[in-house]
Formats: sequence, C-alpha cells, structure tokens
Amino acid sequence: MIQTHAAPVGAPSRGPIRRRRTYLLAGVVVLLVLCVLSLAIGTRNIPPGEVLATLFGHGSEDAIIWGTRFPRTLMGIVVGVALGLAGAVMQALTRNPLGDPGLLGISAGAAFGIVVAVATTGIASLYGYIWFAFAGAAVASVVVYLLGSAGRGGATPVKLALAGVAITALLTSLTNGISLVDPQALNRYRFWASGSLAGQDNGVLLRVLPFIVVGTVLALASANAFNSMALGDDVAKALGRRVALTRIQGAVAITLLTGAAVAVVGPIVFVGLVVPHVARAITGPDHRWLLPYSMVLSPILVLAADIIGRVVGRPGEVDVGIVVAFIGAPFFIALVRRRRLAEL
Amino acid sequence: VTAVALRVGGVSARVRPRVIGTALVLGVAAFLLFCLGMTIGDYDLSVGKVVAALLSQGDYYDRVVVYDWRMPRALCGLFVGLAFGMSGAIFQTITRNPLASPDVIGVSAGATTAVVGGIVLGIGAGLGTQTLGLAGALGSALLIYVLAWQRGTTGYRIVLVGIGVSWACTSATSYLLAHAKLYEAQQIVGWMVGNLNDSTWSQATPLLIAMAVLIPVTIAMSGWLRALHLGDDVAIGLGTPVQVARLTLLVVGVGLVAFGTAAAGPVAFVALAAPQIAKRLAGTPVPPLVTSGICGAAVLLGSDLLPRVLLPDAQIPVGVVTGVLGAPFLLWLLARANRAGSGG
Repeated sequence: MIQTHAAPVGAPSRGPIRRRRTYLLAGVVVLLVLCVLSLAIGTRNIPPGEVLATLFGHGSEDAIIWGTRFPRTLMGIVVGVALGLAGAVMQALTRNPLGDPGLLGISAGAAFGIVVAVATTGIASLYGYIWFAFAGAAVASVVVYLLGSAGRGGATPVKLALAGVAITALLTSLTNGISLVDPQALNRYRFWASGSLAGQDNGVLLRVLPFIVVGTVLALASANAFNSMALGDDVAKALGRRVALTRIQGAVAITLLTGAAVAVVGPIVFVGLVVPHVARAITGPDHRWLLPYSMVLSPILVLAADIIGRVVGRPGEVDVGIVVAFIGAPFFIALVRRRRLAEL
Repeated sequence: VTAVALRVGGVSARVRPRVIGTALVLGVAAFLLFCLGMTIGDYDLSVGKVVAALLSQGDYYDRVVVYDWRMPRALCGLFVGLAFGMSGAIFQTITRNPLASPDVIGVSAGATTAVVGGIVLGIGAGLGTQTLGLAGALGSALLIYVLAWQRGTTGYRIVLVGIGVSWACTSATSYLLAHAKLYEAQQIVGWMVGNLNDSTWSQATPLLIAMAVLIPVTIAMSGWLRALHLGDDVAIGLGTPVQVARLTLLVVGVGLVAFGTAAAGPVAFVALAAPQIAKRLAGTPVPPLVTSGICGAAVLLGSDLLPRVLLPDAQIPVGVVTGVLGAPFLLWLLARANRAGSGG
C-alpha cells in the first residue's frame, strides 16, 4: 500500500477508484439530506421547504431552527466526524479491530474528570465541567502513551492497547468509587454517560471546535504513514517512515478529537469503533480513502440516531448515545455476517 | 531452560519449570489471602485459628464463625477469580487478541442488562439477581454464537459480533440507568461494579457445584486451546476438530463467566488482566490456562482484602479495587518486560 510511489496505472485500477469516489459523493448527499431532516423533525415538525426557506433567510421558523435545531445538527456532524476519524486512527495505531477512540483512556479520563469536578467543586453546569472532562481525557491519554512507550521497545501496538485498558480500569474503578459515595456525582455522571446532543448551543461547539479542527488536520496528514505502518513497524521504517513520530501524531489527533467530542456529548465511542469497519468493508484498507469515508459515514450514523431518538421518544426523546448503539449494532452485525471483513 | 522433557516408561511429558513455579507462588499467595480474608471481621481470629478450623480442629465457636459466616465470601472470591482468570485466558487464546475478554465481547454486558432490567422491574432481590445474571450471560453468548455462525465461525467474527451485542446491551443498560430512580440507580451501580459484601452460602453453593464441573473440563481441553491459538489452518493440520473445539471452549468459557458473574457481579478487569499478568510472569507466548486462573483468584482475593484492612467501615465493593490493584501491576509488568528487551 505504498501508492505514493507505485501509483497504480491502467484499466484494472480505474474502476475501484471511480466507485470509491461515487460512493463517497453519495455519502455526502445522504448526509445533507439528513441535515435537512434533522432541522425539520422534532417535537414540532417543520416541512422541509420551510426549513430551506428559513436557512436562506426568508422563512418564519427562525427561533426553532437557528435557536435549537441548527446548533444541535452542527454538533452532531462535528462530533460524528471527530469520533469516526479518531476510531479509524486508533485502529491504525493499535492494529487492533477492538480499538475504539476511548482506548487511550480518554472516555474514562473524561468521566473521572466530571465526577471529580462534581464531587469536589459542586460544579453542575455544562460550561463548568466540560473543561474538567477535557482535562481528564488529555491527562489520561498522555499517561497511557508515556506508560505504553516506556522502555527500550518503544510504543508497540499491544503495549499501547494494554496500557490503555489498564488506565481505563483504574480510572473507572475510581469513578465508580466516588459515585457510590457521592449520590450527586452519580446523578450527574449517569446522564452524561448516556450521551446526548440535546441542550447544546453554539457556544459549547465554538469552544471545542479548534481542537477538533487541529485533530482532523493531524489525522488526515498521517494517512500515508498509516498505510506503511499497516505492514509492520520494521517495513514502515525501511520505507523511510518515522514510526515514533507518526504514533505521537496519531495519539495527539485521537486525544484532541475524542477528548473534545466526549467532553461535550458523553462517551458515545461505539460510533468510532464501528464506522471504520464499515468504511473498510467499502474501500479496503487504504487509509487515504478510509479516513475520509469514516468522516462521512460517522456523522450519518450520529444524525440518523439523533433523529430516530427524537421520533420514537415523543414527546420526550431517547439520547443519541443509546440509539446509536441500538441501530448501529444490528447493522454492524449484519455487515459482519454478509461480508468477509478485511482483517487489520 | 524453558522446558524439560520427562520420560517414565512409555509416557513422556514436557515440564516447564517457570510456569509451574509461577503457578505455585501465585497459588501460595492466593491461599494466604484466602485465609487472611477469613481472619477479618467483628470477631477477631488469628491465621492459625482459621487454618485449625479449616482442618476441623480448634474451638467450636471459631469453626462456626469460619464455616458459616466467612467461608462463603472467601470461597466466592477464590472461585470467581479462578473462573474469570481461566475464561479470560480461553477468550484471549481463541481470538488471539489480548484485548478480548468476556467483558469486551458482550457476555458480561448481557448479564448486566438482565440484572439491571430485573432491578428496575422490581424482581432483582435475592436469588433473582443470580438467576437473571446467569440467564443474561448465557443468552447473550448464545446470541453472539448464532449471529457469528456462517457455515462455521472464526475467532475474528465472534469478536466483531460480540462488540455489536456488547454495545447494544450497554446502551440498554445506560437507558435503564438514566431512567431509574436514584436509589435504584445506586443499587444498580452497586451490583455493576461487582460485590462480595453480601456473599452467603446461597451464592457460594451453586458456584462451587458449577466450578467442580467446569474447571476440570477446561483443564482437559487445554490441548485444543493451544492448537486453536496456532490459527485454524494449522490446527486442522494437527487434526483438531476446529469447529467443535471452538464451540466447546466457548461454552466452557461462557459458563465460567456466567456463574462467576451470577455470584459476584461483573467484576471488571480480572478476566482481561489476569491472563496477561500470568503470561508475563510465566514467560509463555500464550496465557497459561491454570496459572491465569490462580492469578485471577489472587487478584480478586487481594482486592477483597485490601479495603477491609485499610477502611474497615466503608464496605467498598471488590470491583472498585480490582482496577486500582491490578492496573498498576500490569503496567509495571509491561514496563519491566520492555527493559528486558522482550517487548509487550
């Protein structure tokens, strides 16, 4: 997969590339349709025509659309992109199909940050604890990376994964311990843990957006290096890749993307675990396609789940984190059964 | 010397001194923790008195305290640890993935959903919890196997389907948790972290009966386990009935987890960490089956003992401590293995 130099020429490779482009374009169209639906559907339905009219400045539904549904839809897209991309990078980095974006201890770190914030300072507003969550995620992932790369061998995939699991277990234990002792912390934690896009405004999004943009750039810039590293560290080194640097770059990208997303909407990391497998079934293992596909497919899943959650739970709603796993899991299982998935 | 060949008459066997040494040391540690655990309580007993009571010697009153009050808890700790450690070794070997464990691939998640549903619906008291946990674990395992069946199964497909089932169950659990009343939520979290505080003979007896059957069967199948680890093709070449072997091992592995979870709740991390710890201590390429079990027992008994010594009145559940105790140990082993140059 070192196609930078050995670019495939000739008839056999044209078809797949065109097909990949077409599917990616189709994915973007589906995403746009879902955006309109997400703006239209809710406690009070607005016809799609009216939605488009409002978006272009001459409709009558400004309050609902710009006030609540637009921020929410945007949040769904941003969080979806972040988690899908982070998942694909994590699976490349650990070369493990079980790699989810939270594997570096990020979800557990964020949860721990929230529980500590609520238990020690009594902060209960979203604006207050989002930074605690983000800080927890960042500290946890740095610790995991340092522990996983300690010693002579450097950071091998297995060591990183095991260090991540160990830190996750440690932090989850502490989180559980605190929330058993402090009911207030448990109360805050359990709502965050079910994952929701509701009640967000553009302010929250703007605060985390810079992190997600930087993370996205870092991730996309590593696509070629991930292709080489899929062949093993030794081969990647022989091909002139700086393996350690790529790993750090990937880990930083994951931390920024996942930390920001998880701090805002809760640990809906299932998206990041499943979407790269789906993308791999469509494109094969080339990360230059896999990463963009994950970026498109993942917000589709998040937005669809959010819309379904609003429809089935009327007049209330079911949190997106719950719906994502409920509609994502059967789809994923069907996919695993139908196709012979490309192993990592 | 990693292995010594012994030959007596027509029978020969390979003996690996380091594996046996590790098992012995861990076994002694587990037995000491088992006895120490029974010395603690409102009525003080010395280790000598406990051992005397175990040998049916000593004071009548001491024997009552040991047999009727403290033994169920110690036995639950011992056998739940054994069960989780061995079943973790089975899952990690079959799937050839150190991150695969019953916690990750949906068996524990199924048990949790069943019990949490039971608590919310008000049928979670007493023996109900145990039966529900058992039914949930077995049900989700059956579901995973059936869904992964496609003219045979592969370890990879079982893992992926397991992820899907696991997340569907987890999201159902967090839906129930977010919609439960706060006191129910506390009860749920109390069970979900894993707890030996209320162990009596009514938990210990079914566990003991199940383990008396499952542990010998598991040990008898260790040959198949080693063959499957070499990959399906090699295993077939060695004359292993691959599908039958995998199904039997899965049934046994799930049985171990199901009865363990029913007795103590889904204690996190033991099934994942114990085989990895045992593998590193014993210096084997595959997690050693029996040593993993003994290691699990030592971790669980130690985690149960530690909070009772340090914070006698806090009633901290064992599942909170396994991460705190097991994670640093696993991390230390990872770092130590690096220095020796043998990698993770």
